[in-house]
Amino acid sequence: MKEAFDVAIVGAGPAGISAACLLADQGVKTIVVERGEYPGSKNISGGVLYGHDLYQILPDFPAQNCPIERNIVESRLWYLSKDGGYSLSYRDQIFAQERKQNVFTVGRAKFDRWFAEQAKKKGALMACGTVVTDLLRDDQNRIVGVQTDRADGDLRAKLVLLADGVNSPLAAKTGFRPEPKPHQVALAVKEVIELSEEQIQERFNVEPNNGVTIEILGVVTKGMNGIAVIYTNRKSLSLCIGANLSDLAQHKVKPYEMMEDFKEHPMVAPLIRGGKSTEYMAHWIAEGGYDSIPQLCGDGFLIGGDSAMLFNTLHREGSNLAMTSGRFAAEAMLEALEKGDFSRHGLQGYISRLQNSYIFKDLKKYKRFGQFLETHPELFTSLPEWASQAAREILTVNGVPKKEKQKVLWNQLRAKISPMRLLRIFWDGWRSVK
Amino acid sequence: MRMKVEDKLFLDRFRVDEEPHLRIIDGSVCQHKCSDQPCLYFCPANVYRLEKDRISIAYEGCLECGSCRIGCPHLNIEWRFPRGGYGVSHKFG
Repeated sequence: MKEAFDVAIVGAGPAGISAACLLADQGVKTIVVERGEYPGSKNISGGVLYGHDLYQILPDFPAQNCPIERNIVESRLWYLSKDGGYSLSYRDQIFAQERKQNVFTVGRAKFDRWFAEQAKKKGALMACGTVVTDLLRDDQNRIVGVQTDRADGDLRAKLVLLADGVNSPLAAKTGFRPEPKPHQVALAVKEVIELSEEQIQERFNVEPNNGVTIEILGVVTKGMNGIAVIYTNRKSLSLCIGANLSDLAQHKVKPYEMMEDFKEHPMVAPLIRGGKSTEYMAHWIAEGGYDSIPQLCGDGFLIGGDSAMLFNTLHREGSNLAMTSGRFAAEAMLEALEKGDFSRHGLQGYISRLQNSYIFKDLKKYKRFGQFLETHPELFTSLPEWASQAAREILTVNGVPKKEKQKVLWNQLRAKISPMRLLRIFWDGWRSVK
Repeated sequence: MRMKVEDKLFLDRFRVDEEPHLRIIDGSVCQHKCSDQPCLYFCPANVYRLEKDRISIAYEGCLECGSCRIGCPHLNIEWRFPRGGYGVSHKFG
């Protein structure tokens, strides 16, 4: 590949494709280098996307056969013990009507492929089946392109956008972003379980095209800092469960066995009964939060999406942050190309856009949340078990006066968690999200 | 019925390269210096298995998450992506 490009983008995911769409729209000579055999073939997420951020890139996406699985009309939060748990949910008809594409589920192999098609239509080039192995630098250490594993693999470009995801040996190798520490990522596994459309609609009590998300905390992650989810697709459910990688190593838990235990939980088993597993995958979730964000641009390059550790753990938002960071990167690159200034200084528009947007504001707001989960293991062990015990006793009708029950429960709680510690958990929890 | 990890991996589509993309840098480190050997547990594809006293690598079923690269306490695993177009290919994602 002797041809020179204005922009080379590493990775055909939401960040990279978003940038490619906007750049190609403006006639910028753009190439996306993707290691999978087609865009999306290496990509995975829990499976929700956000219309607001996609709309900024493709305003007519609903009319362009965007492969939406289900519009989410209800969000549930479960707090589970071994034999049961609490469920809190909110449903709103507005999400089936005027705010229809607020949150929707997708299969990333299908969605990203479709998204990349839109970028191609606008004129961006896709080089699939190609791994970027290193970056090209000039004698002043400025980035001037990428090296790939193709025979004639050097690709020169005025600007490079790294959008190759959270697992980026490239970012680590080039020193742009240090390799994450095991406690900064969660390792999640995902299983896709096929059911009929009717079964999903009945089990989740929704109309056709509508769906439900369930975020799950509690003992299912075996005392480790982690989360599980169940999302409804058109003809399948996405089940994910993950925990902090250092916790997994310490507890010697096998992720696939944790998934099997999760599938047997009494609140999960009836939802998946009779379903057929069709795919099994694994991926990291960037949980380092605001403090783990690396330097986001330098001479000739920018970093976006998961590669930049842009992930909001509390609100399980990632794909939207990726799309919008890709958009900001494209806008900053357009400015740099116009000025002919490809230096870090010329790309500052990227940083200021991020700072003024919901991305940095939200990540800053929740910067202590990851640490809160990490340092309060009771949230995943004694607290959900006790909370379930309390509900179980209060709901059991057996002639014992409620006051006596409360006294017993209170003593049980105090034996597990001291009142000071309990206060600490609530106080620290509040501080981490306020 | 509980699914074994082998059955889970059997659902996936892999294009296997002849050349492994994972390598243990120094086998004696695993044998003598690593008592916990966490790779045997956290790897979601059960790539790392104990055979007698050495660790073998079934790279063919690797899901490319990267956990072994950063989770190995001795950073004793040489890790790269499979060659372009090789490795796991998601159907749904």
